[in-house]
Amino acid sequence: MMNPSHGRGLGSAGGSSSGRNQGGGETVVEMFPSGLRVLVVDDDPTCLMILERMLRTCLYEVTKCNRAEMALSLLRKNKHGFDIVISDVHMPDMDGFKLLEHVGLEMDLPVIMMSADDSKSVVLKGVTHGAVDYLIKPVRMEALKNIWQHVVRKRRSEWSVPEHSGSIEETGERQQQQHRGGGGGAAVSGGEDAVDDNSSSVNEGNNWRSSSRKRKDEEGEEQGDDKDEDASNLKKPRVVWSVELHQQFVAAVNQLGVEKAVPKKILELMNVPGLTRENVASHLQKYRIYLRRLGGVSQHQGNLNNSFMTGQDASFGPLSTLNGFDLQALAVTGQLPAQSLAQLQAGLGRPAMVSKSGLPVSSIVDERSIFSFDNTKTRFGEGLGHHGQQPQQQPQMNLLHGVPTGLQQQLPMGNRMSIQQQIAAVRAGHSVQNNGMLMPLAGQQSLPRGPPPMLTSSQSSIRQPMLSNRIPERSGFSGRNNIPESSRVLPTGYTNLTTQHSSSAMAYNNFQPELPVNSFPLASAPGLSVPVRKATSYQEEVNSSEAGFTTPSYDMFTTRQNDWDLRNIGIAFDSHQDAESAAFSASEAYSSSSMSRNNTTVAATEHGRNHQQPPPGMVPHHQGYADGNSGSVRVKSERVAADTAAMAFHEQYSNQEDLMSALLKQEGIAPVDGEFDFDAYSIDNIPV
Amino acid sequence: MDLVQMQKSLQDYTKSLFLEGILDGQFLQLQQLQDESNPDFVSQVVTLFFQDSDRILNDLSLSLDQQVVDFKKVDPHVHQLKGSSSSIGAQRVKNACVVFRNFCEQQNVEACHRCLQQVKQEYYLVKNRLETLFKLEQQIVASGGMIPAVELGF
Repeated sequence: MMNPSHGRGLGSAGGSSSGRNQGGGETVVEMFPSGLRVLVVDDDPTCLMILERMLRTCLYEVTKCNRAEMALSLLRKNKHGFDIVISDVHMPDMDGFKLLEHVGLEMDLPVIMMSADDSKSVVLKGVTHGAVDYLIKPVRMEALKNIWQHVVRKRRSEWSVPEHSGSIEETGERQQQQHRGGGGGAAVSGGEDAVDDNSSSVNEGNNWRSSSRKRKDEEGEEQGDDKDEDASNLKKPRVVWSVELHQQFVAAVNQLGVEKAVPKKILELMNVPGLTRENVASHLQKYRIYLRRLGGVSQHQGNLNNSFMTGQDASFGPLSTLNGFDLQALAVTGQLPAQSLAQLQAGLGRPAMVSKSGLPVSSIVDERSIFSFDNTKTRFGEGLGHHGQQPQQQPQMNLLHGVPTGLQQQLPMGNRMSIQQQIAAVRAGHSVQNNGMLMPLAGQQSLPRGPPPMLTSSQSSIRQPMLSNRIPERSGFSGRNNIPESSRVLPTGYTNLTTQHSSSAMAYNNFQPELPVNSFPLASAPGLSVPVRKATSYQEEVNSSEAGFTTPSYDMFTTRQNDWDLRNIGIAFDSHQDAESAAFSASEAYSSSSMSRNNTTVAATEHGRNHQQPPPGMVPHHQGYADGNSGSVRVKSERVAADTAAMAFHEQYSNQEDLMSALLKQEGIAPVDGEFDFDAYSIDNIPV
Repeated sequence: MDLVQMQKSLQDYTKSLFLEGILDGQFLQLQQLQDESNPDFVSQVVTLFFQDSDRILNDLSLSLDQQVVDFKKVDPHVHQLKGSSSSIGAQRVKNACVVFRNFCEQQNVEACHRCLQQVKQEYYLVKNRLETLFKLEQQIVASGGMIPAVELGF
């Protein structure tokens, strides 16, 4: 219900409304926090009234609603009429988490959950479903005062996701401009302080920043490329770890043995002119972290990747076939039960998509297409065709070409690798992810590049890579997945998938599609949910994809992953949305949970992470900020995310503590809003 | 009673509510939300709370009196009551709800009945006290005075 504001009058909010409509979100940012348009949903009239009053006192524009359905229709009618949503968890007409998912998918707005229930499981659920924050009732003013930060964060990550590589600079500029907004800058900087160096640069910012940023871009600061890894120095010229380069790196590392690989030797093996030992060393460090993280990541991740892809329509003809291949393989391996596929198909509404195996392969494809990589699409088609035949690396390369550099860029080193690869893989249908993912596994089980080849074939679709990866993993390494628990938790099929997912999930997260939230065919996947999930990781993937994560799939996935992971853990999903979240690898789930959709920069970095919505609670600055800090942050966040996700996933697993402690040690970043348990890790903002 | 005395009474009375644990800090938050442009905010919210709680308690009584108690229905009610009572600072009511919920989880009908009684008791208590509080405030305002800010000297 809409309530007229109290006597206080929103006018006091200042020119918020006036400034609000100027293009993009920049203006809005400037106006923050006053004038923030909040939609509050709670069936408890007392709380609703109190919240409204509190929010108005914060100079926000408040709209109250006591029914979730009404809130949704309000949002749908006025897509850009709100900046943030606060919703209760327990509502009679619709579960708060459902609403959360809808909002995230359709409107891509940050959502804060709240409840009198402070039990860990519920809070976790909030995280995994992608809530940017979770408030415990009774809600205090202090908690509400800073909610604007979530909006800024999200917007920044969205802006920062450039169309493609080149745009990052522009994005940076844009951001600069917003901050330049002057007063807004103060407010914004407040929120950004927590963010990585981006914020600092932004804050300094202002006019001259954009130009300096441009220059910095060259240095690799904002990088559209996957620079983030060089967190150490923002200002140093960064090496762009393209897919090809990374593959060479991985090949060299594998050749030497992950444990024994030293930068000097790797450099020699790679034989890339211009590459310094330092570059390799830092990349190696990230890679190692990534591997460690993958080790604990459940299959979910793998699923997530797939899920993302599913969102897209079956534009990839060839892909479908390939996907089908993979799917079949997967189905055969048992990862994706035929029925689930069928269900997924049904849910997806894309019969064409489902390959022979009935797996909704196409969804992946869709996603890809959605990722504003139209050219990629075609490429995929082509690339995919090749996949089967070419070694994985190649497909990746092809895809990469098609894929805007933006994709690759953002992944932080450690995560990037996986993500980039994933992304590339996904795009190219490579099993890049696998590589990334596999590596960790390999490391654990001394798994050589073997699996990758398998993946290659499956690459045809983005999903496929995941799938293919899975398959080999499954077959090859049933025991590999060191995550025995995950198997328990997830269907066996997941183990491999999950790992893959983590990276892919991450990648996906990055892919926040250019599409605005509304493009997700959520509706299409209704059928998917539950059945899929149980089946296998595929299901999750499918679900996720179906959930309409086509465009923002990456981000969504990340967040979704988290959800799924948790779900897999045993949460019953009753909606496809759930499935989606389940699909997300546990690692992602956790990371995203903290960040909720927005922040998972991890995956997104490559693909123009900027688009992704920073997961709530995650350190948003990672997103799209090429500067070193962001890169490093990203890496961390990714790691953390992965770890967290993995951890979440493996709650029951022994790894958990190790992962957790490792994570916590590494991270040291606590961007999370603090309402979550996962303060320790910061997750890049993955625009969802 | 002159104005100053009334104001003093009000302050003492309010303090006693906090000291007895009937109200907690959240109530202070509500009071801070009240100002010239929203002079009756607290009483409005509290009135809303009373109305809503009456309804919930009614529903709870009905649900618990069923032959077969459906805890799936009981729990959400208690949960909501917990939320709303905590939001206005009715501490004891909230605490009673917490205990109530535990027994709901255990599906202990007997204990739930007792809990409901307890909740009702606390609820009527806080309702009574707050109504008295508001009356005091009204008297002060009617006498042309200002309601003093609550100073919790604890």
